[in-house]
Amino acid sequence: MSLKYTEDHEWIRVDGDVATVGITHHAQDALGDVVFVDLPEVGKTLAQKEVAGVVESVKAAADVYMPVSGEITEVNEDLRNDPSLANSDPLGAGWFFKVKLSNAGEVAALLDETAYTAFAANA
Amino acid sequence: MACVPWFQFALQENRLSATEATGLLTTPLNALHLELGARMVPFAGYSMPVQYPTGLMAEHLHTRSAAGLFDVSHMGQLRLVGDDAAAAFETLMPVDVVGLPVGKQRYGLLLTDEGTIIDDLMFFNRGEDLFVIVNGACKAGDIAHIQARIGARCDVIPMPERALLALQGPQAVAALSRLVPGVEKLVFMTGAGFTWNGADLFITRSGYTGEDGFEISVPNESAEALARALLAMTEVKPVGLGARNSLRLEAGLCLYGNDIDTTTTPVEASLNWAIQKVRRLGGARAGGFPGAGTVLAQLDGAMRLERQRVGLVATERVPVREHVKLENLDGQTVGEVTSGLLSPTLNQPVALAYVQPDYAAAGTELFAMVRGKPVPMVVTPTPFVPTRYHRG
Repeated sequence: MSLKYTEDHEWIRVDGDVATVGITHHAQDALGDVVFVDLPEVGKTLAQKEVAGVVESVKAAADVYMPVSGEITEVNEDLRNDPSLANSDPLGAGWFFKVKLSNAGEVAALLDETAYTAFAANA
Repeated sequence: MACVPWFQFALQENRLSATEATGLLTTPLNALHLELGARMVPFAGYSMPVQYPTGLMAEHLHTRSAAGLFDVSHMGQLRLVGDDAAAAFETLMPVDVVGLPVGKQRYGLLLTDEGTIIDDLMFFNRGEDLFVIVNGACKAGDIAHIQARIGARCDVIPMPERALLALQGPQAVAALSRLVPGVEKLVFMTGAGFTWNGADLFITRSGYTGEDGFEISVPNESAEALARALLAMTEVKPVGLGARNSLRLEAGLCLYGNDIDTTTTPVEASLNWAIQKVRRLGGARAGGFPGAGTVLAQLDGAMRLERQRVGLVATERVPVREHVKLENLDGQTVGEVTSGLLSPTLNQPVALAYVQPDYAAAGTELFAMVRGKPVPMVVTPTPFVPTRYHRG
């Protein structure tokens, strides 16, 4: 399915009952060169909008929030080792974690690409 | 007189568009910044470039390897004029102003009557005046303070008609001497007047990066042409405030508003080196500056410090930022970070912090509590990256 977005500048791609989460192109651009990520523990269950991780550039640190509720099933170890993937390929190799959805209904309420683009332009 | 702290970047950073009416001041290089694709942010009341399209990391490393051009026109430039100017200015600072020879620059600190820091500054003895450069966010307060305290003894003349550029890095001298022959003869903390394309420049060999380099005071109307002439050289790239901050932190230099402010004295801030012997107890002109009782007692050891500024390096690659608390091995809070980031040169987290004096010795191990997790750090002498000033 197509990507959904949050007002906290995460993207989410749902595949069955598992979703992949990362930060948007706009977010990585605003942060600048990403030098550090803190990723959640696999197996942990977090509610929507809870802090799941951290992304830091030299100049700034930002929390990464859960776009939806669920259990963390996988984190991107390649990103931990090379945080610059969040800049070079934010929607691909720079993904952060995967989450098993506990409430699929939360997805529908997220922003679609048009709504997010408009939101980010005014942020 | 309160200074605003260094900008806090957020993801929803207040980005400025070219056309937006923001009420912010602009520098004479504003059009050039926009043309270069700079990301502009509000800083010290000005719209300033925080980074250019290549980004902070590339700008930082370019300054360490070649030459970076910084617009620091938001800073305050002023002249103190009159036979009594040096003696008068000396009553505001714990430093030797009267003894500074013509042609030399020195670091100074304006103090409150409690001995805490109103601002840090650079001053230069030009013979006919003292040329002073103060922080942008503090300049209105500084000028009012200086005027109120010593305005009867000398003329305090702000210089809004001049911009300020900094050219920093190991290739700065090669680049600038091509345009302004003679600057290569200057050594660190000296300076002189020069002419370029009919414009009168005042150039000092100093800066805020730990590198060799220059600060160039230039008439507003010539600033953009000078910046373009420098940027036309292959060694020179524009550098924003973001890299300026990471460069100064690697050099162990304080940022006003973060590492020093009106709650810190020069001794707490480990700026003892800025207080020359002549102003200390037993010196020919001991005391006679605001807060001298406290500052000299702290310097002498007669008054115990409650906290002291130190450098810290982390052994793990987790950035440690300002306001992070520091704990000792027993889990007691013994200090707080005031500036911190991942050093682009060292690829290690570095920080400046205030700690209780028992924990200020080099080699002391502390834990920075980052999001509830302890990050091991070691008290380390600054600069974190060796300085490369040209001392001749």
